[in-house]
Amino acid sequence: MNFTSKGLPLTVVIVFVFVMLAPVWMNLSGAPVKKPVPEIADSIKGKECVRSASWMRANHMQLLDDWRNEVVRESDRDDVYKDKHTDKSLTRTCLKCHENKTNFCDRCHTYASVKPFCWTCHVVPKEKK
Amino acid sequence: MGINRRDFLKGFGGLCAVAGMSASSGLLTGRTAEASHGEPSSSSDKSTVRWGMVIDTRLMGEEDIKKCAEACHKAHNVPDYSKVPQLGHGEVPEGGNVKDEIKWIWAASFHSSFPSTATREFIAEEVEKNKVALLCNHCQNPPCVRVCPTKATFKNEQGITMMDMHRCIGCRFCMAGCPYGARSFNWRDPRKDKDTLWGGGPITPDFPTRERGVVEKCLFCYERIEKAGAPASGQELLPEQVPLCVKAAPENAIVFGNLKDPNSGIREVLAKNHTIVRKPEAGTNPSVFYII
Repeated sequence: MNFTSKGLPLTVVIVFVFVMLAPVWMNLSGAPVKKPVPEIADSIKGKECVRSASWMRANHMQLLDDWRNEVVRESDRDDVYKDKHTDKSLTRTCLKCHENKTNFCDRCHTYASVKPFCWTCHVVPKEKK
Repeated sequence: MGINRRDFLKGFGGLCAVAGMSASSGLLTGRTAEASHGEPSSSSDKSTVRWGMVIDTRLMGEEDIKKCAEACHKAHNVPDYSKVPQLGHGEVPEGGNVKDEIKWIWAASFHSSFPSTATREFIAEEVEKNKVALLCNHCQNPPCVRVCPTKATFKNEQGITMMDMHRCIGCRFCMAGCPYGARSFNWRDPRKDKDTLWGGGPITPDFPTRERGVVEKCLFCYERIEKAGAPASGQELLPEQVPLCVKAAPENAIVFGNLKDPNSGIREVLAKNHTIVRKPEAGTNPSVFYII
């Protein structure tokens, strides 16, 4: 192999550019990935969550984090919002309405490649279809 | 520049002395703060509740203790590895797999339960033969809490030595710190062992399991007690609020109550009977007392 000749580096450059831009080609050719929409069961449509839906969409992770600290460390299980009392519980409150974890939690988490470790310890309630 | 070497060194030395003094005074204040941290925390002293337990060993045999353990381990999803091959060996050792064992409440001999008391001569045969129910002592001055680097284990307002599993990093300092062997480490992922029977039965969905690499122990059934809130003086817990071992034990064999309430049933039992604690020389002030 003669690396001083002009031909070889050019093929290397072409291959390099091709490989680096492969994700762009592949995205151009395939159908666009749809933004996931978490499933809201018919039975709870119109019901209000513990906070407004838009707030929950943006801040649910912070709320869950606060809840777990308050429950475990301060024995404070009662969430009060607009005079409404709620048991601070992932499995007994959140998953009671959003009863299908796969279609509610996982859809967005998989899309966004977020891997919360709730379910390595907490037991997923039986999913209803 | 009108500064010579001698003047520079003088000024620099002075600066160093000032900096050193302020640093050391900072260290000193830091140390006093730390010293008071080791004492039973003042915040828990202000609280009106300190849950405690009196175990009457005369009323409890090994079978009774097993029943207590079964009730506890089933409800709290404590895995039973006794018949599962030991990690790294591929077979079940003789006498069961003890190395991977997870236990919240268990039976032990009088000698291993009270090593300092049991070195005495002429101990009643009955006492020496009988088994003692052991669990976390929920010490007033817990060494496990002092050594935990993440505050994953801490004293809650009701005197329970709690575990915040979200914070445990599995360093096992607490296991080294605990003089009672009340803590177990999850060497294996309890979810991954297909043969795992949670305390010998199916999983309890309402209580979380643990994962590989965290330490666990008895939590005084905080999830049952907390339903009672802050009890009034003389008020006892309802049967659905007392810890599961208390419920599973023979009547009056385990008395549970508020040690800070002079009118509680447990204080009455403590006033009427001579009780001992495990390893008093460790200075931990256990909340679990024994009538021998």
